[in-house]
Amino acid sequence: MITLLDLFSIAAISAGAFFFFAGTVGLLRFPDALTRMHALAKADNVGLGLVALGLIPRAESALSALKLIVIWALVLLSAASTTQLIGRALRRGPK
Amino acid sequence: MSLLPYLDIGLALLVVVVAVWTIAARDLFTSVVGYVAYGLLLAFVWIRLYAPDVALTEAAVGGGVTGVLLITAGKRLGALKNVAPEAQPGLAFRLLTGVLAALVAGALGAVILMLPDPPPSLAPEAAAAADGAGAGLGNPITAVLMSYRSFDTMLEKMVLILAVVGVWSVGTDKAWGGAPAPFRRPKPYAPMVFLAQMLAPVGVLIGIHIFWTGANAPGGAFQGGALLAAMWMVTMMARLAEPPRIDAQWLRLALVAGPAVFLIAGLAGEVVAGSFFAYPPALAKPIILFIEAFMLLSIAAALPMLVAGPPSERVDQ
Amino acid sequence: MTPSVLAGLVGATLVGLGLYGLILHPHPLRKLLAFNLMGSGVFLVFGIVARRGAAAGFRFDPVPQAMVITGIVVAFAASALAVALILRLSEESSRVTLDPEAWTKPNGGDAK
Repeated sequence: MITLLDLFSIAAISAGAFFFFAGTVGLLRFPDALTRMHALAKADNVGLGLVALGLIPRAESALSALKLIVIWALVLLSAASTTQLIGRALRRGPK
Repeated sequence: MSLLPYLDIGLALLVVVVAVWTIAARDLFTSVVGYVAYGLLLAFVWIRLYAPDVALTEAAVGGGVTGVLLITAGKRLGALKNVAPEAQPGLAFRLLTGVLAALVAGALGAVILMLPDPPPSLAPEAAAAADGAGAGLGNPITAVLMSYRSFDTMLEKMVLILAVVGVWSVGTDKAWGGAPAPFRRPKPYAPMVFLAQMLAPVGVLIGIHIFWTGANAPGGAFQGGALLAAMWMVTMMARLAEPPRIDAQWLRLALVAGPAVFLIAGLAGEVVAGSFFAYPPALAKPIILFIEAFMLLSIAAALPMLVAGPPSERVDQ
Repeated sequence: MTPSVLAGLVGATLVGLGLYGLILHPHPLRKLLAFNLMGSGVFLVFGIVARRGAAAGFRFDPVPQAMVITGIVVAFAASALAVALILRLSEESSRVTLDPEAWTKPNGGDAK
């Protein structure tokens, strides 16, 4: 018997998986590194966010759900910083 | 119908493909990136083998810190982008090596297929160590590391210290006592500084939590220590902190604290509880956590020193 | 095929791959990488032994897993020492190779 919360989880995680898929297609098909990072940012931020959102109803406690959100926030932080760093390294050219 | 067997097969294939790519890649940087990805995939395999502690350690130390070590080394060698500088071995040599590798892998695979059934296990002894002797630890791996095989863990901490001493001895005589070379050039990029300022406090908190919760849940001093070490390395990469001089008292005390406290506890066990490394039953858990706290400090100090390298004369403000 | 046997066979494959890379690559850092690959394959074999040793109410045998955790940290320490040695060697001999000819030839710089 699938409850409404289960349906919500399935929908959110499927949407997140779609974003990951789209990000991977972008990573493989875009012409240069900067555009590929653009695609990866979608996968990381929105895709992971949707997956975390879908997992929240399945968490054992409010604290676990909060930990999921903290994980997403940490990934956002590191993805944003490393994208900036890679972009700068690309702009300076190979050395 | 369970989808897990397909997940297992897919994961196994992916791990082997990424490993092949790591070996077959053209330049060092690609190879290191492949190795880090391989480490993270391997963490998944460990989870499927019901080993969350090992998965944590593999992701943190095996994938993360080793990747930093190799990329820093490649950058210092100026060799990140070299493409086959020396003479590549000839085809005959490759074939011979391939046959040897296949033989070794095949022999190991045959051994795995012929493992004894029912499998022998030391789990009962480990369970006895976890419950008996008053340890009362919920995580059997911590019980094994700190009580059943505590001597091994102490020796392993000493190996870490020996590695640090070995890395330091490789420096030139003139530079002895100085600080290792800085991680990057003087003026760091603002996002790097931002990352270090935001990530380091959170990371330190999470590292200490992982250490503390390792008594009853997956975690422990190694995983927490690796996280703390990573936070110090991020801070050093953002030039918010510098690699310390290797003759600094606090650094040497921090490095030695772990094995020293461990050894003292073991010798005290001889006096107090009857045999080397035995803990008095009522105090076992507090003693174990006390020793682990100093182990955490030592690991968090040793890992960045290993990555920073030997003392160097290059000082650029 | 249980997950344990599958993982064990993957470990065997990784040992073979690592051995191949260790012998074949001329660059020392890539030899180090291949050596680490071999090491993690060996750890995987430990892991399946741990999984198969499920007893006494646990799903795994904790002793091999504790050994693997110790082993991963020691492998990293050994890699760091190897990296320091390689960097110093290439500084002295001005070439990035493990070939003994490089640091004994006159134009390659003397070994100190």
